[in-house]
Amino acid sequence: MNQRSLFRAFLFLLKRDLIISFRRRSEVVNPLLFFVIVITLFPLGIGAESKELQSIAPGVIWVAALLAAMLSLDSIFRSDFEDGSLEQLLLSSHPATVLVLAKVTAHWLVTGLPLVLIAPLLAVLLGLPGEALTTLILTLLLGTPVLSLVGAIGVALTVGLRRGGIIISLLVLPLYIPVLIFGSNAVQVASTGLPVDGQLSMLSALLALALALAPLPTAAALRMSLT
Amino acid sequence: MNRLLRFYHQLGSPPYFYRISGRLLPWFSLLCFGLIAAGLWGGLVEAPADYQQGDSFRIIYIHVPSAWMSLFIYMVMAVCGAISLIWHMKLAEIISISSAPIGASFTFLALATGSLWGKPMWGSWWVWDARLTSELILLFLYFGVIALYAAIEDKRTATRAVSILALVGVVNIPIIHYSVEWWHTLHQGPTITKFDKPSMHISMLIPLLYMAVGFKLYYFVVVLMRSRGELLRREANSKWVNDLLESK
Repeated sequence: MNQRSLFRAFLFLLKRDLIISFRRRSEVVNPLLFFVIVITLFPLGIGAESKELQSIAPGVIWVAALLAAMLSLDSIFRSDFEDGSLEQLLLSSHPATVLVLAKVTAHWLVTGLPLVLIAPLLAVLLGLPGEALTTLILTLLLGTPVLSLVGAIGVALTVGLRRGGIIISLLVLPLYIPVLIFGSNAVQVASTGLPVDGQLSMLSALLALALALAPLPTAAALRMSLT
Repeated sequence: MNRLLRFYHQLGSPPYFYRISGRLLPWFSLLCFGLIAAGLWGGLVEAPADYQQGDSFRIIYIHVPSAWMSLFIYMVMAVCGAISLIWHMKLAEIISISSAPIGASFTFLALATGSLWGKPMWGSWWVWDARLTSELILLFLYFGVIALYAAIEDKRTATRAVSILALVGVVNIPIIHYSVEWWHTLHQGPTITKFDKPSMHISMLIPLLYMAVGFKLYYFVVVLMRSRGELLRREANSKWVNDLLESK
């Protein structure tokens, strides 16, 4: 099995997953709608005081992104598990970690990237100052892939269960905390005009770490779920 | 093969483990209660009251050992999980999963005593201090392990799932801990007069060490008892369990 065929397998799987999700649009749209609705609820619950909204905006956007990412996790492996193609994937001669990475990438492109794109709009609605918008996009770009990568571990562990949904939140949300801390803090700091290099570096480090390590337990957990 | 290595391999055999743990349990329990009694006597009666905190510092004798145990047990769980994933050792599986509820209890105890201590010292039951927050997150990690184990029907698969989760958790604990600490310093929380560790007087320290060792032994005793029960349940159809039942 040479390098090239591995790369082709990666691309092939990525393309297949993207096609499948675009044929089932609701999977793309639902997490996004959830994200928008949750953020709309905050002004209604807290009051339209623009100063208050502005101060909680980074946290609200990030927490909503966390929840939206978590709710969309199930679609990474669920349908493949049910129709048996996951088993075939693991039986293939390519390393499972690379295939897992392809599936997670597809999942992020479908559910994570739209969040990144729509977040600035919602940030404006919440009155976040313009300086913070670039930081918000950057932190989300760095942070949401970590959410997908780490979340994949949780899904892989629970995909064999009939009701994995609630347990996933228990497994995955505590692991999301570092991303939340650095992400929302960067946006908060940026809105006061201070530099955020440190937070962005930490988020990049988390992303590098998750990219390198998260596929290993995910693959192991998938093997466990399939026995 | 040297003796220690042989002992280790023998421990992997369920009947051997059952026999030897049964023989060790009374001694461990005796030592454990002795140490805790000595620690409590030394801490609650003999140690002088703190010149700043008065008598309320005495909760340290429960609080600090529980906090230590909460981390220690998670480490044990992860190491046993790794052993069970790599060598498929039944006993490591059983010890790993039997540890989870005990670890969760110690974490809860550390949090509860911490907030009881915080009320007179800091003036509030709960502050979003870095250590408190990471301890709370540790409790959530324990709950995740317990919930995952309960959700999977086949207990051997469940143990493998839990082992993977525990290993992921171990990689994450330092990250979570340091990010929470960082978050705290950035947020400039309410000015907490965190008592910078005064070097404890020896008469206060010794009972604390007694309690720490006593708590550790308590964990050994309880984990052995739980493991023995779990072992019997899992091996209910094997010959040695039947022999055991007939001989009684």
